Amino acid sequence: MSATSPSRSEQVPLAESAPREARESAAPAWRRSPPRWHGVAEALIKTTALVAIVAIVLIFVFIAAETLPLFTSHEVRAEVTPSTMAWKQTWGEAAARWSWQPASEIPKYSIAPLIIGSLKITVVAVLVGAPLGILAAIFTSQVAPRWLREILKPTIELLAGIPSVVIGVFALLVMATWTHRLFGLEHRLNAVVAGCALSLTIIPLVFTLAEDALSSVPKSFADASLALGASKMHTVLHVMVPAALPGIAAGVVLGFGRALGETMIVVMASGNAALVSWSLGVSTRTITATIAQEMAEVVHGSPHYVVLFALGAVLLLFAFATNVLAMRIVESFRRKRGGS
Amino acid sequence: MRDASLVAATAIASAIVVGMLLVILLDVVRSGASVISGTFLTAAPSGGMQAGGVGPAIFGTAALTILMTVAVVPVGVITAIWLSEYARPDSRLARAVRLAVANLAGVPSIVFGLFGLGFFVQTIGRGLDKAAYGGVATYGKPGLIWAALTLALLTMPVVIVATEEALRAVPRDLRDASLALGATKFQTTFQVVVPQAMGGILTSAILAVSRGAGEVAPILFTGAAYFLVELPTHLNDQFMNLGYHVYVLATQSPDVDKTRPQLYGTVLVLLVLTFLLNVVAVVIRIRTRKALASARA
Repeated sequence: MSATSPSRSEQVPLAESAPREARESAAPAWRRSPPRWHGVAEALIKTTALVAIVAIVLIFVFIAAETLPLFTSHEVRAEVTPSTMAWKQTWGEAAARWSWQPASEIPKYSIAPLIIGSLKITVVAVLVGAPLGILAAIFTSQVAPRWLREILKPTIELLAGIPSVVIGVFALLVMATWTHRLFGLEHRLNAVVAGCALSLTIIPLVFTLAEDALSSVPKSFADASLALGASKMHTVLHVMVPAALPGIAAGVVLGFGRALGETMIVVMASGNAALVSWSLGVSTRTITATIAQEMAEVVHGSPHYVVLFALGAVLLLFAFATNVLAMRIVESFRRKRGGS
Repeated sequence: MRDASLVAATAIASAIVVGMLLVILLDVVRSGASVISGTFLTAAPSGGMQAGGVGPAIFGTAALTILMTVAVVPVGVITAIWLSEYARPDSRLARAVRLAVANLAGVPSIVFGLFGLGFFVQTIGRGLDKAAYGGVATYGKPGLIWAALTLALLTMPVVIVATEEALRAVPRDLRDASLALGATKFQTTFQVVVPQAMGGILTSAILAVSRGAGEVAPILFTGAAYFLVELPTHLNDQFMNLGYHVYVLATQSPDVDKTRPQLYGTVLVLLVLTFLLNVVAVVIRIRTRKALASARA
């Protein structure tokens, strides 16, 4: 933008054509160079824009710094190391088990149950939420008449405005009862309830991105297909959706990342038992819920504290990876589009 | 025939999504409305959280979001102004800022909580204590200011993205006209572009407040308190919070049925705060877009 606006010094003085007031004053407004504080203010603006970069760097650095004792501190490593976290726990006479019991007399830190729990719930959420979000996006952008589209789009996006604790309460009190009556699963709070509740947070995300992608497919694509005699829905399925696929895929990837990082809904709706089980009907504990429930009672700097930060680091890396992947998908698509 | 079933599938999916939204809202309004009263909105919880109200939680949430807004809106708006008006879109710095904003938006809320604890409370707070309070734990413990700053980081992408969108919607002609009249870049930006985008900037602030008022995970370790008789009066005081109170009532109650009215009442208050703000933001946004579209035509 700044490149296109001529700088003051390059401008030709308009001596004769200037308005009378300007000609009469000693130094007309248009000829004065901008006050010095403009330059200072503009430098401040640029500096302020760096806050976002500083913030994200600080987050990475501090989560890493609090995780570091897991690799360096003798005190912490006497109780837990990354390799003991990755394997079964042995203690006393009992057989080795996948146990997460950091507060017991002999603390046990197998992260397998937490990772399995997070994956189970996230997969359920994506399997429920992604199809609903995508289908609703197809309906909104391709099928619905204009007046309905203008109501549907903001309404579905409002779902994103419901705080996650409210969805958590709804899952705990209402959805859990529904699924219990419908499927009669082993535990009242389980991966299905948490996953379905979680899908409510990823539906608006998938919907918005898919709808944007579908709406930005050039109209000529649809016109060409229709002119060749394809039906409306054939065109949608075989022309519009494939053309919008990168946007849709990016939405699903971001939805996966969002679901994995969600905390309050799973704390309230999943039951929170750290079991190693692939069953969807049992009580399930996730990485996020573990941090939320245990951090408050932990002594600063203790092995347990460090382990919880390590779990946070895992989450942060996952979130970063899904973000980068989604951006790559969109960018590669833009390049392809730009070339054609 | 296949066409019809596909249309039906997309229509049903849309109906399910809208239906879920309505079911949640109706459930909360139906069960919560009868609890709302003057005392509920002002009194403190009592009788093992089965009676009383949510006054301190409302006060705490308001204090928290006001502090957060004061921190996030100037920074977010100025960043957006730089991105939209000053930076060349392909410059390395602009791309770095955009990348940072996108990743900031993707950081899980609980990780913000960990960061708030590790950075604000343990590092900045304890540092302050050592430097200015002779090591007495004053700021080196969870408190209002740390929770507000943590939420400010979390809501920063919301403000930046929405403000930038609003600034970009201002027609280019206006900038050109202003520059052609001899206004400087700075004058054009702050006396022409920003006033034109004021509606959108306001929307971005409302969206941030709505988001911040509803978040619980980031304040779990940075300042929210289970129960407090006294209202927070200092920046380092702990505080009650509507979202956290909902979580406490829903999960820590010894008798779920007896706390249920209180729970639904609190949820309703929280929803009115966050959801209605969102509706307001959406309405403003639609109006702005329509006005712009007709201005361009």
